[in-house]
Amino acid sequence: MSREHASTARRTFVSYIDKSREFYAAHGYDKPYQWATHDDVPFAPLSSGALAALRVGVVTTTFPVGAPMPKQVMAIPTSPTPEAMFTADLSWDKDATHTNDVGSFLPLNALHAAVERGTIGSVAPRTFCVPTQYSQRQTREDAVAIESWCREDDVDVVVLVPL
Amino acid sequence: MIIGSARDIVEECGVPRLLFVDFPLGNPCGEPGNVEMQAELLDQALTLLSTAVLPRTTTQSPFRWSGGDDWREMYMRVDDSNREALLTAGRERRAAQAAKRANG
Repeated sequence: MSREHASTARRTFVSYIDKSREFYAAHGYDKPYQWATHDDVPFAPLSSGALAALRVGVVTTTFPVGAPMPKQVMAIPTSPTPEAMFTADLSWDKDATHTNDVGSFLPLNALHAAVERGTIGSVAPRTFCVPTQYSQRQTREDAVAIESWCREDDVDVVVLVPL
Repeated sequence: MIIGSARDIVEECGVPRLLFVDFPLGNPCGEPGNVEMQAELLDQALTLLSTAVLPRTTTQSPFRWSGGDDWREMYMRVDDSNREALLTAGRERRAAQAAKRANG
């Protein structure tokens, strides 16, 4: 690597753990956020060719426009794809981009197209919205609710799309 | 599996599979208005879904944000130009929260 290149080199991705710690420290908060961490991560391999038969569900951190406040974990119909979702209260880069195109953060149309192509079997009839503004304990309880709904809907695979 | 743009937060948590999309936070499924990119990103996620053999598998999407790289530095920026303003905003927020608590 040349000296010139080395001087401009950077990690290829932004560390939001570092950025948010420094940002909130600059606001005078002295206790850094404790990010969720797990030693053990569950895993189930997918057998070859299984994808075409799978039912795929989606979990989003966005909520329907006009959803009751305070937000609680909820299920919404997957079809038709909502024209907009409420994102204003979430932390995302409001200077660099926007969320006016639901397909940019909620892959429902792309999933329906994948069904038509035969890439996956089906899309779950419900999409699940999970709040992000509270404790990890509450989020774990939300996860139990979502798992239960997924079982009711015979969902095989869940795609989580945090904004 | 996760499709997301905050790679370090997701990897700190630990998930079975992550499709990392190196975009500003807000559009993990593709740039707004770019339906082709959104379809291709989903295909990348489905490929990861079917090919990963171990937990904590991260695949980085090859897409690059078309608006350049300024967002990397600008998001949650802290420097001499805004340090005082951020501290003031934090003090005001804590005062507002304290007042709210005091009022029950």
